[in-house]
Order: sequence, then C-alpha cells, then structure tokens
Amino acid sequence: MWQWFHRLGSPRWFYQASGKWLPWLSLLAAILLSVGIAWGLGFAPEDAKQGNSFRIIYIHVPASFLALAGYYVMALAGAVGLIWKMKLADMVMKSAAPIGAILTFVALVTGSIWGKPTWGTYWVWDARITSMLVLFFLYLGVIALQYSYTSQDAASKSSAVLSLVGMVNIPIIYKSVDWWYTLHQPATIKFTEAPSMHPDMFHPLLVMILGFYCFYAVALILNTRVEILNRERRTRWVLDMLLNSKKGSS
Amino acid sequence: MHPIRRQRLFMVIFIVVIASVAVALLSFALRENINLFYPPSDIVSGEAPKGVRLRAGGMVVADSVMRADDSLFTRFKITDGEATVEVHFTGILPDLFAEGEAAVVMGEIDQGGVFMASEVLAKHDENYTPPEVADAMEQAHQRANASGSDEKAVSVSE
Repeated sequence: MWQWFHRLGSPRWFYQASGKWLPWLSLLAAILLSVGIAWGLGFAPEDAKQGNSFRIIYIHVPASFLALAGYYVMALAGAVGLIWKMKLADMVMKSAAPIGAILTFVALVTGSIWGKPTWGTYWVWDARITSMLVLFFLYLGVIALQYSYTSQDAASKSSAVLSLVGMVNIPIIYKSVDWWYTLHQPATIKFTEAPSMHPDMFHPLLVMILGFYCFYAVALILNTRVEILNRERRTRWVLDMLLNSKKGSS
Repeated sequence: MHPIRRQRLFMVIFIVVIASVAVALLSFALRENINLFYPPSDIVSGEAPKGVRLRAGGMVVADSVMRADDSLFTRFKITDGEATVEVHFTGILPDLFAEGEAAVVMGEIDQGGVFMASEVLAKHDENYTPPEVADAMEQAHQRANASGSDEKAVSVSE
C-alpha cells in the first residue's frame, strides 16, 4: 500500500513522470483559462447593481481559492517532509510558497480594485481582508525561512513548522465572513447549497476555477522540477540526463 | 507505521492543535475588535462605546434617504431589523449606496443619538444577478406587495 507513496518520494521518479503530465496539464489549463476568460469577460451578462465591474470576480475568486488551497498543499507537504523525511515533499513545500504568495497578492489587489467602485474604498481592516493579508505574510515568511539557513534540512524543518502553525489561518479566512461583521460579503459559492449567482455568470466562474487549479498544478510542477534539478545536480541521473540529453536514461 | 514516524506525526498534530487553540482564544478575546462594525441595536442599547469613532452597519431604510439641495449633506436611517439609527453625512456616497441595501458608516454618535458619519461604504451582498433577472424579480416583488401580502424580511450582515 505504501509502495506508491515511497515511489512518489523519489525526486527522480517524479521528475520523469511529471515530464509526461506537463504537456497535457498545460494544454488543459490553457484551454480552460482562455475559454473561461472569453466567456466571463465577453459573454456573461453584467450584474444588475455593479455593472461590468463585477467581472473581476473571474480572476479574484479563482486566485483566492488557489491561494487557500495552495497553502494546504504547502503545509501538508511540510508535514509529510517532517514525518517521513521525504525529500520531494520538502521541495514541493518550497516550490508552493512563491506561487501561493503571488496568488494571494493577486487576490488582494483585484479585491482592492473592485472595492473602490463597489464599497467606496480600496482597503478596510475587516476580518476577511486582514486574515488574507496575514496569509500573504505567512507565505513570505516561508519564503524567507527557506533562504535564511545554510543547511537545507534546517530550512525545510523550520518552514514546515511555520506552514503548519499558519494553517490555522485558512479556516479563519474561509469562515471570517460568517463569524464576524465584515464589509466583505459572505461566500457566493457554497459547498452545501446552490450558488447565489445566476447560472449564466456562475458557469464561466466554474471554468475559471478549474483552469486555475490546472494552472496551479502546472506552476507547482515546473517549480518543483527546477528545485529537483538544483538539489540533485550532483547526482548520477541528472548528470547522465544532461550528457545524453535523453530523458530518463542512466 | 514506524514508531519514530508515529512520534513525528503526533508532534505535527500537536503543533496544529496548539496553534489552533491559541488563535481561537486570541480571537475570542478580541472578538469585539475583529467585528468591523456595530449593528444599530448595539448602538441603541448602549453596548457600543460612546464618544469614540466607530463603525455602524445595517440596511438603509427604504424612503429614509434625504439629500440637501444646496450641499452634499445626506441623512438616512440604517437598521438591523431591531433598532434604527439616524445617520448624517456630508460627502459623496458610493455608487452602490441605495435604499434597501446594506451600508457601513464610520463616525461618532452625538448627544442626540445621531450618528455623524465621516465615511459611508456600501456593502455588497453575495448575490449576483443579470439586470433582466433583477428587473423580473423586482416586478414580481412589487406585485406581491401590491396584493398586500408579505413584508420583505430585513436581514443585516447576512
């Protein structure tokens, strides 16, 4: 049962396998994102109250989703690295941090741009927005920790602990609009009920969310592959691969 | 599972649990400060502090918005369904500010219990509808009102 798990832990196996997944995933991400953008920006009806400014939702919501989901990816990879001492998990954790930071930044900026015409302000210190800012700083903290040790092992350990501690923030971000009075509206897309959004507007959003998931996977795999090559650059298989410029032969 | 790995797993769970408990206690202690605004019922009942700048949030009462002809002065009432607070404001209102919509105002309560706002923000709800659908819903609602049946449920911060 644990065999696939240990195989997955081998950077070399992951490098070779992910090379085969990448073209398909990239293609899927490109299709979903271009269809979603064209549909959402060009064909979805405008909102009765907000007019066209609501269309920023097609970037804001998927980016926020992946900023939160990406944190779980980072923290779980950190936990696996701590418990099983799996090298690949540490690499995934390190690779997930900058992607998550950028997505969080995108979510904050797009929200801010939307806030000005809708709320009348770029920024307000409500629970949702503040906890999202904390998420951004957590990502930055993990990135900073990765580079503040000479030993990679110490860097991985401390950033895994920070990721795990910061994981508390994710349910807080998600539930902040229900637990406290905030300016940010409650979730439009719920797991238990139908979305409080017209289907014509919701379907392109769904496509964009799926597209962002694929895009995230592509970005994470690419980042992890760079990290694998960097850390394994002195190993036999990487040298062989470079010399033969033929993937996978050793 | 190997005993050492099991021990590390417990360590990881311990970190997550301790962090959760710490943050839960912290946010429980600070819950008043985490709320962005007070509902009007807290202001009327005196639970909200007086003489300091604070925010109040609620639904703008229908037919309560009065605009001055010669200045940017506006006054309106906000409610959470239990209590109502009168708000005075001089300035430009956000585009989405409207009767029957939620708003968050920042300012001070004066002696007469009037909220002197220095900033008004519109609070958007989680519903997104195309204009045609919104019109159709509005018409259906008016028809229902004309037949004298229901009263629109007032909900704030939902």
